[in-house]
Order: sequence, then structure tokens, then C-alpha cells
Amino acid sequence: MDGSTIIFYLLAALILGSGIGAVSSRQIFRAAIYLLFSLIGIAGLFFWLQYEFIAAVQIVVYVGGIVVMIIFSIFLTQQAGEKLPAQRTDRKLFAALAAFCGLAITLLQVFQFKFIGTAAATVPPTVSNIGNQMLGLAENGYALPFEVVSILLLAAMIGCIVIALKSKPQSI
Amino acid sequence: MIMPGLYHILFISAALFFIGVYGFFTRRNLITMLMSIELILNSVNLNFIAFNKYVWPNKLDGLFFTLFVIAIAAAEAATAIAIIINLYRSHQSIDVENAQDLKY
Repeated sequence: MDGSTIIFYLLAALILGSGIGAVSSRQIFRAAIYLLFSLIGIAGLFFWLQYEFIAAVQIVVYVGGIVVMIIFSIFLTQQAGEKLPAQRTDRKLFAALAAFCGLAITLLQVFQFKFIGTAAATVPPTVSNIGNQMLGLAENGYALPFEVVSILLLAAMIGCIVIALKSKPQSI
Repeated sequence: MIMPGLYHILFISAALFFIGVYGFFTRRNLITMLMSIELILNSVNLNFIAFNKYVWPNKLDGLFFTLFVIAIAAAEAATAIAIIINLYRSHQSIDVENAQDLKY
């Protein structure tokens, strides 16, 4: 058992433990901080898998963007120090049962299946490889989805502004 | 403890997905439901990267799917938070039980 294995299990414990905290904590701010640590753990797992670019994107977009935005919206919409109302026990019980059954079925199927890796030469996920394929027009190039996603982000940005726009009172 | 491989990561990803599903079922607050959705999307990203590394290391397609999922998740979170803040302005609450004007 070497250091890499130990780091993997520590990251797994961090991800799952803070994930459970994020969905079960009754203080919403604490739930957001648990979510932050879960996302950091996933970024660490991407580093562990040696996909450094994705790990950096994960940290920049999720940890630096989405979690900060969630925390801001918590500040805008919640009274400080107020706990979320407790859920009905039967709802919790049936949700846990549904989640557990789904997990059992999924894991049963996954562990029965034998995944066989390809023997072809490995393409290292370096930034130059990613950039060349992402903006490439040749076969397997991702230039068109890239443009579509940029249009989508623009549309989402304009949509957010329009939705959150405060309607001015009509002055007569 | 054995050397971690594809199946370990698939286990983490499936467990995280169903933690998110549990949160989505039990939470009644819109922001916490959004947080559960983020957990679900992240477990899917983990799955894509694991398959890319262990099953098809000769391609980068899983990585690109992950990048696009992250971009779409960012757009989705921004839109959802705009809707949530607008709902709070009109209802003074972001509990889903109070947002039922269209129900009856």
C-alpha cells in the first residue's frame, strides 16, 4: 500500500463525507461549505487521475464560481442563523430507501460488467492536445460544440439579466 | 485495501450521484436542491473522466464531455439563481411548498 492509494481513500472519504453533509445539514450555510469541500475533493481526484486541466477548470468554475454564487444567494435570501425546517420522517425514509435501492442496482450492474481497456496508444491529456482537438475542424474536432456552448453561455447571461431585472415602478 | 482502479471511482461516482438524488428528494429549499443537482453533475463528470482514463485512453472524448458539462452546469446554476432571487422578491420565500401559484 503506497502513498497514492492512501491519498485516493482520503479523497474518497472527503468527497462522500462532505457530500452527505451537504445534503443533510440543516444549516444552509454549512451545507454550502460542505458542498465546497466535496467539490474540492473531486478536483483532487482529477489531479490524482492526472487530468490536471480538468482539475483546474473544476476549481475555477465550481469552487471559485458556482459555490461563491450559491453563498451570495444564501446571503440574499435567508435570515442569518435560521435553521431549515425539519423534514417529515416518512419523506426522508422513502428518499433514503429509493436512493439506496438505486445505488444497489447500479453497483450490481457495474460490478458484474467487465470493462476492457483498449490497447491503443495513450493520448496524454495535455493542454496542447486538448486545445488542438477542441478547436480542430478535422474529424473528432470539437469546434462546432464549442461554438454552440459559447452561444448557450451568451443566451444564459442575457437570460439571467432579463430575469433578475427589477421592474421599474411606472411613473405617471 | 487494494490498489484503486476504475471500479473504485465508479463506486464513488454512483454513491455521490445517489447522495445527490437523496438530497433532491428530501430538500424543500430551492438553493439546497440546486446544490444537490451540482453534486449529481459532478458525479457524472467523474464518471466520464474515469472511463476516459481507464477504458479509452487513446481518445479525449470523455474529457471534452466533462468540459461541456461544466460549461452547461455553470449556465444552469446562473439561470437558476436568477430565478430563485426573482422568486424570493415576489414571494419572500424560496421554499418550493410556497411556490404553487400555477398549481390550481
